[in-house]
Amino acid sequence: MADVFTAAALAILAATAFGLFRVLRSRIAVERMMAVQLLGTGGVAALLLLGAASGVAATSDAALLLMLFAAFSCAAFTRGEEDTPDEDPQPTKEKT
Amino acid sequence: MTILAHVFTLLAVTAGALLFLAGTIGLLRFPDTLSRLHALSKADNLGLALIVLGLLPQAASLTDGLKLILIWLLAQLSAATASQLIAGSLNRRKSGP
Repeated sequence: MADVFTAAALAILAATAFGLFRVLRSRIAVERMMAVQLLGTGGVAALLLLGAASGVAATSDAALLLMLFAAFSCAAFTRGEEDTPDEDPQPTKEKT
Repeated sequence: MTILAHVFTLLAVTAGALLFLAGTIGLLRFPDTLSRLHALSKADNLGLALIVLGLLPQAASLTDGLKLILIWLLAQLSAATASQLIAGSLNRRKSGP
């Protein structure tokens, strides 16, 4: 049973790596941001599977943290992007 | 009874892995960013849900199973909000003069 989990985790990591390669190469900042989302979900799935395969219960906490960081970084990206949009004529107005 | 649990786990985990593959293929194939974002968050989350479902009977204790479900819930909520935020910022960028 454990080797099935490991094989599934490796397959998911390979799929995530393919997706990351494609997303990270694009010029659009928003698409590069989706890499974090992809890594978050794929990483969490692989971590959970490897944790179940190895029997270490702590990996589910690591997976929880990874998911939290992915969510926060996405929110931070969109929040930061709102304050300094490229085409906003009066950037100083937001600074007050 | 354990045979049934093992078979269920096998099926759910392989289905989850296949869904991740489908999500990645969707990511590679779709033409524009929004549909790629759609493929990415939907397929991956369903894959994660199936994997968590498959891992539940293998969980050592009830609390571990509950933690798995909480991880999946956090994944669903954060993926939904993150996708909305990203799509929103994309629309704002497109609608700019």
